[in-house]
Amino acid sequence: MHNLSIKQLSTLLQSKKVSSVELTRYFLDRIQTLDGEINSFVTVTPELALQMAEAADVKLAAGNAHPLTGIPMAHKDIFCTDGVKTSCGSKMLDNFVAPYDAHVVSQLKALDMPILGKTNMDEFAMGSSTESSFYGATKNPWNRQAVPGGSSGGSAAAVAAGLVPFATGTDTGGSIRQPAAFCGISGIKPTYGAISRFGMISYASSFDQGGPMARSAEDNAWLLNAMVGFDERDSTSLKMDKVDYTAGLNDSVKGLRIGVPAEYFGEGLDPDVAVVIKQAMAELEKLGAELVEVHLPNQHLAVSAYYVLAPAEASSNLSRFDGVRYGYRCENPKDLNDLYTRSRAEGFGAEVKRRIMVGAYALSAGYYDAYYLKAQKVRRLVRDDFIKAFESCDVILGPVAPTPAFNLGEKTDDPVSMYLADLFTIPVNLAGLPAMSVPAGFVNQRPVGLHLVGPYFSEAKLLNVAHQYQQVTDWHKQTPEWIEGGRQA
Amino acid sequence: MSWETVIGLEIHAQLATQSKIFSGASTAYGAEPNTQACGVDLALPGVLPVLNKKTVEMAIAFGLAVGAELPKKSVFARKNYFYPDSPKGYQISQFELPVVSTGAIDIEVNGETKRIGITRAHLEEDAGKSLHEDFHGMTGIDLNRSGTPLLEIVSEPDMRSADEAIAYAKAIHELVQFIGICDGNMQEGSFRVDVNISIRKPGEPLGTRTELKNINSFRFIDKAIAYELDRHIDVLESGGKIVQETRLYDADRDETRSMRAKEEANDYRYFPDPDLLPVMITQEDIDAVRQTLPELPAQMRARFIEQYALSDYDANQLTASRATAAYFEGMVKQGADSKLSANWITGDLSKALNRDGLSIADSPVKAEALSDLVKRIMDNTISGKIAKQVFDAMWQGEGSADEVIEKHGLKQITDSGAIEKIVDDVLAANAGQVEAYKNGQEKLFGFFVGQVMKLSKGQANPAQVNELLKSKLS
Repeated sequence: MHNLSIKQLSTLLQSKKVSSVELTRYFLDRIQTLDGEINSFVTVTPELALQMAEAADVKLAAGNAHPLTGIPMAHKDIFCTDGVKTSCGSKMLDNFVAPYDAHVVSQLKALDMPILGKTNMDEFAMGSSTESSFYGATKNPWNRQAVPGGSSGGSAAAVAAGLVPFATGTDTGGSIRQPAAFCGISGIKPTYGAISRFGMISYASSFDQGGPMARSAEDNAWLLNAMVGFDERDSTSLKMDKVDYTAGLNDSVKGLRIGVPAEYFGEGLDPDVAVVIKQAMAELEKLGAELVEVHLPNQHLAVSAYYVLAPAEASSNLSRFDGVRYGYRCENPKDLNDLYTRSRAEGFGAEVKRRIMVGAYALSAGYYDAYYLKAQKVRRLVRDDFIKAFESCDVILGPVAPTPAFNLGEKTDDPVSMYLADLFTIPVNLAGLPAMSVPAGFVNQRPVGLHLVGPYFSEAKLLNVAHQYQQVTDWHKQTPEWIEGGRQA
Repeated sequence: MSWETVIGLEIHAQLATQSKIFSGASTAYGAEPNTQACGVDLALPGVLPVLNKKTVEMAIAFGLAVGAELPKKSVFARKNYFYPDSPKGYQISQFELPVVSTGAIDIEVNGETKRIGITRAHLEEDAGKSLHEDFHGMTGIDLNRSGTPLLEIVSEPDMRSADEAIAYAKAIHELVQFIGICDGNMQEGSFRVDVNISIRKPGEPLGTRTELKNINSFRFIDKAIAYELDRHIDVLESGGKIVQETRLYDADRDETRSMRAKEEANDYRYFPDPDLLPVMITQEDIDAVRQTLPELPAQMRARFIEQYALSDYDANQLTASRATAAYFEGMVKQGADSKLSANWITGDLSKALNRDGLSIADSPVKAEALSDLVKRIMDNTISGKIAKQVFDAMWQGEGSADEVIEKHGLKQITDSGAIEKIVDDVLAANAGQVEAYKNGQEKLFGFFVGQVMKLSKGQANPAQVNELLKSKLS
């Protein structure tokens, strides 16, 4: 049952072959049995899940339930969830029980999708391996010596291990796509502003974007339908026309122009990963797509610009964690200054502190023009590159990450090499474009993700291309052997 | 000697909105601590600010009222600093691109008009309050005020005396109330004035300035400037240097003292707030606000002088607030003479209002009722003196002017036969004085008038009394 698609689960529920309570119990069991191996959950909420499942069953029995009603899910622990600990992977919020629901949470609650729990993540979404979590690293289900990617590593690993049919993620510099690639699942980061950020704890406001993480493009299309929408509580939320993302999944990709940036296949890309991506290109060509060479000449500047801008925003966004109103407070502060400095020094981990320092520096008097303003200019150049490239193609294709999942501990002492894990994903966040990660094969038994990037609001097209690709490949259906050790459906 | 004083003001006007600038919480004053602070005001994780559009309209109204440029685009920026009453660790303000750009306002000091430049006005949120009393060894935080909208109005350093500074502060104070964007309550902190002051020898470049905070009345502006001016002169004349710093005015001790020096000043690390979009103002937005804008005090004063033939003084008094002006125009509309109406409003009415601590809007005698009283003076039913008696009775709730006149029998005697009889009685009873008057003691005329008025209980028409006495004594 854990390998079924969202559509299949929906059919089972709607036809009353299985109840939401049964389904919820099934996944709760799997979490209990298997999550010890991968540590993908920070908090499991069986009572809440079963209570919601009962409510879902009432609606299903009445016969007028939404197609997603009753399907269990999990939220990345960055989404505030009323009455549930919302830690953001940090000691700072280890004691924080959110008093309200994030917009995404309330939207999915309204459909009675039982919440199984909150998934592990890099502290405040700062990281590419989920190793910076206060709750310990999550492990990659495909190889438990390897990282699951990050920051939404808990969500990716939980889906890959069949602990949950779908989980939410957020993507600031690649945090949905890179863990989806490392764990062999599908994930989409929509256009910036498509999904409300209200209640999603801010890391870098002008980059942060929520999205679904699931097994297939089709699953993602179903979930995106429920997550996208204008929210007046988020000033950067977009008023978009309502789109049914499932409607065009079966469209042919014949004649589709796929842009292949020459810059993607240069230095830094693992040659084995390049082989996998080229095979995917060949598959798409067989489906009738046309490959065109495009150029993204400023791409190489993106990581540097990102690591000025995102920390700058973070340095300010994280100021509210001061030990005064909620969250971690140091023992016996001597005075106000001591309260601030020790609460923050003890409550934040190393990577968070590093980014706050970098960001505060970039914004400080005398450095602002040289760093922050310069990086904003680079951001514009990177965006313009994409806009120009889309004049000659419909989507851009490449690798999600330069390598498959690396080993736990491999990059923790070398922040810059960790940052380069997001080499291909970061430019997309600078531009605010939609992009997705699609399983495309393996290197050394570790999954490799295909990166599809589209123009603004082209989510339906990306899902269509990915779905067509998934009709002729089965990478997204493969699962690690050990996860079948759970109770059989 | 001869130092020149240079003053610029930063005024924080609290905008009279129902809800806060970035949240839906109420802005009402005086509620129990932290009962008017929602998740956004508490800066919970994940919450986001949403701009209250009303504040932009109010800023536009102010910009129009001071003839300011209104840039098409303004940007909210974060001012980063840690303090317990600043829950986000930053204040949302405007830095490089404010909503209102350069404008000006005219002030009058000693009969001279002077134009004071306004550098800019920008929107920002207020902080909460730290409560140091009541909590032994601890500090309480009240976030009710957190997120209250403020318009910070920054003047050019165009003022050269405390009088000019006060005239400017009062002009802005009057204006923001007039256009309905601020209640002007200085005790509750709705209108706060910070003074930047420096001195120099005329013609020299600007001297080092100090900023005076915590001044909550016009009187204290005067005192704070006087103290600080003396201090500057003392320091400079004894060969010292003024340190650029923020100083707190202590009204109890009537002195200023250092709060923080520039060297310790924070680096606020301003940057555009990524949670908020730039504010775009179109010509249509400006026109829409212009439609709702009332006549401004200066325009209204000019019109009153022209239309109602009033003195500058009366026009100034009557346009001091929209309510007073409306009261006046209400009276005139009912047919009361404009000059008499002006005299009554600035005289007996305002005296009674002050005595009972009432605002004109709460006056027990409404414009229509006072207009009826004035009309009874105009048609000679009563004299101006009797009218004061009628007014007092009306103030006590005894009824309309006509009812009071009727009830107390205060109607003026205009029957010349009846007046002549009283005049004759007075002259007959005071034969000695009549003799003296005829022998040249003309100042006794007033005595005869007084006697007639006394005998008539004040009701004889004074003009007729004068006329009859003159003819009978000649």
